[in-house]
Amino acid sequence: MEAAASYVKDGDDLRDTELRLGLPGTEAPEKPAAPSTRGSKRALQEDGDMESRAKSRPLEVDCGEAPAAKTQIVGWPPIRSYRRNSFPPRKVEAEAEAEAAGLYVKVSMDGAPYLRKIDLKVYKGYKELREAIDNMFKCFTQGEVSRKEGCSSGSESAITYEDKDGDLMLVGDVPWEMFISSCRRLRIMKGCEVRGLRTRQYS
Amino acid sequence: MVRGFGWAAAFPDEVWEHVFSFLAADADRNAVALVCRAWHRIERRSRRRVFVGNCYAVAPAAAVRRFPEVRAAAIKGKPHFADFNLVPTDWGGGAEAWVEAMAEGWPHLEELRLKRMVVSDDCLELIARSFKNFGVLSLVSCDGFSTAGLAAFAANCRNLRELDLHENEVEDNCLNWISHFPDSFTSLVSLNIACLEGDVNTSVLECLISRCPNLRTLRLNHAMPLEKLVSLLQRAPQLVDLGTSKFSADHHPELFFKLESTFAGFKHLKSLSGIWEAGPAYLPAIYSVCESLTSLNLCYATIQSPELLKLVSRCKNLQRLWVMDLIEDNGLIAVAASCKLLQELRVFPSDPYGVAPPISLTEHGLVAISAGCLMLHSVLYFCRQMTNAALLTIANNRPNLTCFRLCIIEPHTPDYISQEPLDAGFSAIVESCKDLRRLSLSGLLTDRVFKSIGASANRLEMLSVAFAGDSDAGLHYILSGCKNLRKLEIRDCPFGDKALLDNASKLETMRSLWMSSCSVTLGACRQLALKMPRLNVEVIDERRGRPLESWPDDFPVEKLYIYRTVAGPRSDTPPCVWTV
Repeated sequence: MEAAASYVKDGDDLRDTELRLGLPGTEAPEKPAAPSTRGSKRALQEDGDMESRAKSRPLEVDCGEAPAAKTQIVGWPPIRSYRRNSFPPRKVEAEAEAEAAGLYVKVSMDGAPYLRKIDLKVYKGYKELREAIDNMFKCFTQGEVSRKEGCSSGSESAITYEDKDGDLMLVGDVPWEMFISSCRRLRIMKGCEVRGLRTRQYS
Repeated sequence: MVRGFGWAAAFPDEVWEHVFSFLAADADRNAVALVCRAWHRIERRSRRRVFVGNCYAVAPAAAVRRFPEVRAAAIKGKPHFADFNLVPTDWGGGAEAWVEAMAEGWPHLEELRLKRMVVSDDCLELIARSFKNFGVLSLVSCDGFSTAGLAAFAANCRNLRELDLHENEVEDNCLNWISHFPDSFTSLVSLNIACLEGDVNTSVLECLISRCPNLRTLRLNHAMPLEKLVSLLQRAPQLVDLGTSKFSADHHPELFFKLESTFAGFKHLKSLSGIWEAGPAYLPAIYSVCESLTSLNLCYATIQSPELLKLVSRCKNLQRLWVMDLIEDNGLIAVAASCKLLQELRVFPSDPYGVAPPISLTEHGLVAISAGCLMLHSVLYFCRQMTNAALLTIANNRPNLTCFRLCIIEPHTPDYISQEPLDAGFSAIVESCKDLRRLSLSGLLTDRVFKSIGASANRLEMLSVAFAGDSDAGLHYILSGCKNLRKLEIRDCPFGDKALLDNASKLETMRSLWMSSCSVTLGACRQLALKMPRLNVEVIDERRGRPLESWPDDFPVEKLYIYRTVAGPRSDTPPCVWTV
């Protein structure tokens, strides 16, 4: 199910043999800042994103498993950024998209005063996504959100998402690739709304 | 004999004021203001509309002081390339300074239009509270505000007529902001919320629409389901401009009939947009209004060519068409045959990164349009191939073009038949289209095309260049020609110091110059800044290393933004921007 992402384990080893500019031991330059990041309101978010990106590296072309991606030129072709992100992609007969542009979706947690934005392309699977979300909203949760179920020991919560038809779905049911192509935004539900949802294990 | 300019006193001020009121263009009013002191005084006191093309070109307080009776203001902030993420998000363009000055000096302000500016929620509230007769707010490509700010605006703006939110990045943190319009509020004429991502409470919106009988324009956002859209639209059959929400749902014959009859009820509809994710099932519901449409925006509709063809062939009175390249050449040929009144065409790429199988939209489509649509004057066209021959044909067919923006998606793409650069084609465009005001270049281009542009493009006001040219000569041709050039934006071209310094004085006749990923050095910027004190030379470097003063003259400048100003260097530069 996550075949395209199965090279994750080897990714770290291959990194040492990559040809790169820069001294060994230095990290490759980070991706450019999210277009949605706003100056004064989003200082906190910027740091959070940097952290999660350092843990899970963006799709590396050199790994040789994914089809060779065209190098993305920043700001080319000249189309508005919201058009790139919010417009649903054309139905593609070919296999996994080689697009290196970010796929940013909003993440809201019931009760949190502000939302976050994450780049789904950065994560290899549900486990990484859940970890990143846990990290981001750590300051708002009382108890640890369990990895296996959808609910925590303390207060119940579940990660849900809105798909391209506008329906609210539980995260984890469909294969990862299908999920990231249909996910429009994420919502961490808490409390009594969660009890109505069926909790499931996900890979 | 009348002494000096005493003749100005021959008529009372009110008479001159009345005469000046016939001058629509700011340039004409500016000219009038230079004639004598009396006219300067009368003109400035009677100017009602102000357009500030660059918010940093003049200090807000100065503008407000000079024209104390302004009722409508339009202000632009960030450089155009901010639309494509080339400008750092914290570059500037904050609206507070302007809004605060206007709140002080223009209490009777009625209209405010901001483009590419950072507008905070506090700003929105300040606008609503400061101007008693405020009626029109238009925010285009802005960011920095949220639906909470909109709620505060809605609650406090008693006489609002138009709220136009176009392509803004809006934080969604207040679900029911629309409910903040008081029950007594009935003056709405135009509402555009297409750029909002969150759900809008349909029943609250229905209530609002029902009590605003003058509503002419309603552009909804993507979120509303089709069934709710139908019941909403039934409340507003008088609409002239409609932007629908999502146009797809599971097929229900009943829903289709309701939708169809709702559209049949629109007797005055001229403009249609939205139609997100339209499916072939529901599209025919629109057919009844096609004949009367003058403007159709389908650039979010993932409709394939056959359905598009059926739709646009019915739109005999169309003047403006925005569509995805899914229309393909066949579709455009049908448009050329059916839409004889077409003036503006924009074709957007459905697949800008080329991951899907290519579609059949080529130069042939544009050539067909240029031949069939005699009134065509404005073109924006994304495609993957072009020839000089096609461009020559287009130039000959349509010498009345005023705006020609061609984007061949792959940089450095030559004429695919002859493998030549596209110099000849674009040269033909500028030589034939004498009234060309805006031009965007693409494809493989040498310095030769710039020679033609510099020599022939006498009315050109805005030029966008990317991945083109061989040397400094290219830039020199532009800056030493193009008499009316106002905005020049360049990226990834081998243009450097010499052309810039040789044409320093030209830059003061222009609004702004943007250069990124070119070959300009810091030394040249320093020289330029020294030579031209009324230019702000901003060097943008996001690596945030040592401060600018410590870098040597041969330091390559990654991004450069130069603009004329009477306000001096600005005080709100972020860490990545240095005014040299």
